[in-house]
Amino acid sequence: MQNFVGVGVSRGRVIGPVRHMPAALAEPPPGEKLASSKAPETAAAALKEAAAAVKAQLLARAGRVEGTGREVLEATALMATDPMLIKAAVKLINAGTSAERAIWEAGESGAAMLMGLGGYMAERAHDVQDVKSRIVAQLRGVPAPEIPDADAPFILVAEDLAPADTATLDPNKVVALVTAGGGPQSHTAIIARALGLPAVVAADGVGALDDGALVFVDGATGVVSTEPDDAERAAVAVWQEQASLLSVFDGDGRLADGTVMPLLANVGGAADAQEAAAANAQGVGLLRTEFCFLGNDTEPSHADQVAAYKGVFDAFPGQKVVVRTLDAGADKPLPFLTDTSEANPALGVRGYRTDTSTPGVLARQLAAIADAAAQSDAAVWVMAPMISTAAEASDFAALCTEAGLRIPGVMVEVPSAALTSRHLFDHVEFASLGTNDLTQYAMAADRQLGALAALNDPWQPAVLALIQATVAGAASQARHSSAQALEDTAPKPVGVCGESAADPVLAVVLAGLGVTSLSMTPRALPAVSAVLRTVTLPQARALALRAVDAPSAAEARELVRAGLPALAELGL
Amino acid sequence: MIERTATIASSVGLHARPASIFAEAAGELGIEVTIARATDPVDEAVDADSMLALMSLGVEHGELVVLRTEDDTAAEALETLARILETDHDA
Repeated sequence: MQNFVGVGVSRGRVIGPVRHMPAALAEPPPGEKLASSKAPETAAAALKEAAAAVKAQLLARAGRVEGTGREVLEATALMATDPMLIKAAVKLINAGTSAERAIWEAGESGAAMLMGLGGYMAERAHDVQDVKSRIVAQLRGVPAPEIPDADAPFILVAEDLAPADTATLDPNKVVALVTAGGGPQSHTAIIARALGLPAVVAADGVGALDDGALVFVDGATGVVSTEPDDAERAAVAVWQEQASLLSVFDGDGRLADGTVMPLLANVGGAADAQEAAAANAQGVGLLRTEFCFLGNDTEPSHADQVAAYKGVFDAFPGQKVVVRTLDAGADKPLPFLTDTSEANPALGVRGYRTDTSTPGVLARQLAAIADAAAQSDAAVWVMAPMISTAAEASDFAALCTEAGLRIPGVMVEVPSAALTSRHLFDHVEFASLGTNDLTQYAMAADRQLGALAALNDPWQPAVLALIQATVAGAASQARHSSAQALEDTAPKPVGVCGESAADPVLAVVLAGLGVTSLSMTPRALPAVSAVLRTVTLPQARALALRAVDAPSAAEARELVRAGLPALAELGL
Repeated sequence: MIERTATIASSVGLHARPASIFAEAAGELGIEVTIARATDPVDEAVDADSMLALMSLGVEHGELVVLRTEDDTAAEALETLARILETDHDA
């Protein structure tokens, strides 16, 4: 067994056969003459034949790729037999130069001419250099200086890789990169991380590995070894499982101890909903209904609204879909509903508040939601945005009851709602924390202002404390109603549907604070699920308490990250 | 010798894709055709079937070029090539 230790620059463990990157092509020496036994006509014919062969190889390659890559390869193929290039080379051959040296010089001058023209032409100079090298390799009967073309996936071993080498790298074929040279900031390292390929650089001696030999590569420890043993095979299997966790969500959100944590999707229409269902979201935690209204000068009709909502509900038969009623105002003005002349629209008549200035729109929306719900199999919940007081929660619940919607809820975005949630829960069945707005209001920092980005951080301990208060209010309300009803009542559910739920590290904190479901962009589901499965509920609680007690957002984040060793393993 | 004048229609000029389409078409004709700027002397004309030569010419959008061939029976072929130049391949 041979063992090499380099620097691991991109995580992942894999076993595969070695394929060496061919050595850079040596330049035919200047002044190399045509062998005296060879007629110039024969050499010129050989050159044309080699050029045609290179053209055919490039066209074959082009046939296997799609889009821009194909066009680039086709243009390069055409260059291989370019009359100007070949004529220049044949002229040199007739003057007594070897075919290899002739095409080399013709290519060099063609490339230099393009470089001189600058801009787009200069970029094409590389194509000329490329065909020139390929034709020389063809004439010599050696492999072209490019990533080997193999049917089965392989580990690419090279001295070092330049951007030109990796431009055609197919991540379905190359499963790891190993270089004898290079460093952590080398092009090899950068491209490996971008493609998510395990990579080891500065592994001295790997050039001597046999082509086709089976090797184990660990992109974290930098180990490259031949004749992989059972322990190494097991390590690869563990990695594959983790990697698949990070690419697909299996539709079962839970913690390491089995505690259920449904992971839902935020969507803004039927197309989004279908995408979310395909990503195995366990329902919709936030259906933004503005899509139905934005861009309209007038309120959409009942039939239009029913059709729009039903399109979303139908993507999740038998699952939960939480509908947020119209959230107009501030960054989402609507001509028939909001007053754009407000000096301070974030603190103005927005969200649920528009029902007081323009009554009727909300009641008609609720009626449409109820009709769409009756025509579908989804479990439809409804919540109002921008609720500040128990009285507003009570009014909204009454409107829902009137429309025939049985599960009313509130968004908790205003600090007053978080701090008095105990009273809000007397009127509604659930709450969903909109952490983006909750953060902007808790920190008094406009979320659209880049200069206030540090304040607009959901890791701010004040924001975490407001989330904690909301959950505590649900528990307190449950205890209070249990005492009245003389039986145990479970606390009403508190979900999160802000950006913070998409941060896998913050998701652990939210779980620890007692949040009962998380809703996010479907893209974030695999990573959030993978991290949640590495902690038990007691561990999440302990980490959440540390975060709430931290003196700053940065320290909260650091404390929690330090308590989650699995993050490094997952590469997050 | 016959000539045909054409105006380059592609917005990127006679580079990249438009140039490769043109060079390929010229190569398939089997006759020798040259191309030059209308303002340049005849001896600066280059092979129409060479992508490298076309790019070295660096003709831009809206410029006038002249196609020439010694084959007096090739008017139709010149017309075909001129049409390619007069089409915007980036549209």
